[in-house]
Amino acid sequence: MNDFFAALSADNLSYLLQGLGVTVGVSIFSIIISLIVGSFVGIAMFEKIPYFSSLIGTLNNIVRNLPLLLIIFFTYFSLPQVGIRLPIFWSTVVAMSFFEAAMLSEIIRGGLESIDKGQFEGARSTGMSNKQTMLYVIMPQAYKKMIPPLISQLISLVKDTSLASGIVLADLTYRGQVVYAQNSHYIVPILIFMTFAYFVVNYLLSLLAKYFDRKLA
Amino acid sequence: MTLFDKYSSLFLSGFGYTIMASLLALVASLVLGTVFALLQLSKKKGWAMVGNGYVQFFRNVPLLIITLFFYLAVAKVIKMTGFAAGTIALSLYTSAFIAECVRAGILSVDTGQMEGALANGLSYGQAMRKIILPQAFRIAIPSLGNQFINLVKNSSILAFVGGLDLMYQGNIVAANSFDTFTAYMIVGAFYLVLTLPLSYFMQYLEARTQGNQ
Amino acid sequence: MEKNKKRLFGIIASILLVAFLIIAGVWAANAAQKNQTHQDTLERVKTTKQISWGVKTDTKLFGLVNTKTGKSEGFDVDLAKALTKQIGKQLNLNLTPTFTPVNASSKVQLLKNTNIDGVLAVMTITKERAKVVDFSDSYFPAGNSLLVKKDSGINSIKDLNDSSKTVLVALGTTAADTVKKEAPNAKILALQDYASAMQALKAGQGQAIVTDNAILYGLATENPDYKVVGGTLSYGPYGVAFDHNQKGMVEETNKALATLKKNGTYNALIKKWFGQVPGLDISQLEVK
Repeated sequence: MNDFFAALSADNLSYLLQGLGVTVGVSIFSIIISLIVGSFVGIAMFEKIPYFSSLIGTLNNIVRNLPLLLIIFFTYFSLPQVGIRLPIFWSTVVAMSFFEAAMLSEIIRGGLESIDKGQFEGARSTGMSNKQTMLYVIMPQAYKKMIPPLISQLISLVKDTSLASGIVLADLTYRGQVVYAQNSHYIVPILIFMTFAYFVVNYLLSLLAKYFDRKLA
Repeated sequence: MTLFDKYSSLFLSGFGYTIMASLLALVASLVLGTVFALLQLSKKKGWAMVGNGYVQFFRNVPLLIITLFFYLAVAKVIKMTGFAAGTIALSLYTSAFIAECVRAGILSVDTGQMEGALANGLSYGQAMRKIILPQAFRIAIPSLGNQFINLVKNSSILAFVGGLDLMYQGNIVAANSFDTFTAYMIVGAFYLVLTLPLSYFMQYLEARTQGNQ
Repeated sequence: MEKNKKRLFGIIASILLVAFLIIAGVWAANAAQKNQTHQDTLERVKTTKQISWGVKTDTKLFGLVNTKTGKSEGFDVDLAKALTKQIGKQLNLNLTPTFTPVNASSKVQLLKNTNIDGVLAVMTITKERAKVVDFSDSYFPAGNSLLVKKDSGINSIKDLNDSSKTVLVALGTTAADTVKKEAPNAKILALQDYASAMQALKAGQGQAIVTDNAILYGLATENPDYKVVGGTLSYGPYGVAFDHNQKGMVEETNKALATLKKNGTYNALIKKWFGQVPGLDISQLEVK
């Protein structure tokens, strides 16, 4: 128990909490970007535009089937080799968004496809345009159906930001490792603390999702 | 491709370890996942709470933290290599997701079947094993397949604990050759060899079951 | 009509996307090849009026984060500050040092990416590395040694030459080569960094860590159950690393380093960081 208090001394705690801030920051930017990009890609796949949709689908499949860790390393270590240099925070956001957009687009496509085809025709026959049908009739329903898988994917996103500790992003996981590098008695207390912190963030995220879910209903 | 020639033995041995870790974790997580799905659905409140707690815990905690826990803390008490620690963590983590898939599968089997089986004199366990679970697994195949793909990708976590897998060897090649671009491209290609066929197979199955409906 | 339009759109969009991918691929292949068009580090330092150093965050005595300030502290960090000041004097500029955390796999990449100007992160000068980076003169006389548990009975690298033994090293260090040469039968496990290697040793993942003795002394002060044995296996002095072909920057650094060694600043830093380390004779480290 003494180890626990020593490991979470005021200095260490504030150092770790700043790391939690980095984790949350990376998560928020990645969630926003990947939701936007993922929606476009998902719709492009759903629309069954000849050639284009299947091409996008194939590219999407390739991205989805790679480990995120590889994409994070590649973005930070390999892209500079071809002249694309990003600061570590943005490099992580780009890698996360790229990967998660591909994951989310698959969920969004699936959600759209689960909507009854008759609704399209119904909306169209009331004189709505294609875009209007999509925006006011299909998307709201589709989002409703997608919410549970979307949430679990976004929770995965938050958890997966921990992988960026491998490229020395000073997030919660990395800082935890720095703290227990000082003293190995801190390992278990710090791991427990990190578990708790990620759990709380993800729990809040799922509460937020439930709130939106109720509002949409 | 000269980089591949020079380091091919590293890439191939890493590939072997990745496959091994994935298969071991697949078997372990299927067993554990089914057990915890049944616990979640148990009529006894205590068991259900254990099942739910397990699933909620592993779904909300990063795999990296679980892996570090086994590698740094548990390994002090029970000796294990990075490969073992990573594979155990991967199994536990994946089993929570598999439990969700199996639970959804069981719930989608008509409840009348259970009642019918019980009325015919089968015990709850027998009915579960012989009638409900086989159907539940069939329903859950697409989502189980996706979890397996995730499992293969997530096995890259072994690189953090010296787990000798593909990503670990890729990091070594990248650090030694300084050609990170090619090194990670090759690693990516190896992962795709495993995951892409699986992914297309799952899409095919999904399309077929949807066509049947 | 509607269908034909959609089809046409699909074809055009697909062609554009494929064309984009091909162009991006060709461009990337080209760019990867002629990545040599890098900037002059000295010029960049002069215009930005700062030197950005890559330092360790997990290596006691050289670069270890103080969680109170969130900044790395150690010999490397202090030397980087002193070098920055001295180079500033030489150039008649007021230079400020900035610090970026690096690990074994990121340090060379970050140099190449010009995210940082120089690396002062316990980096041994080797021929292999000198092909991709420029080194200053040696700033620290390091050499590989062993760290083992006190009651392990291991006294030299020869005791590890057995396929049942695992030697822990940090990724991207010279230690793996030393072990391969001195104990070819031992298994080698490469961890992300020194701290991970130490955790692995404690968790029983291996019987010894092989790396630079000064780092091992740092680990041993933290962990009194462990000791440094085996003498110096290979001589591997540290150098300040810069991107390739940075003659100007290397010359300025060497000049500054020589001045620091002459005016006593260097010895003062050695004393500050290594004076209290049990088992380490700092008279071997000081310059006369």
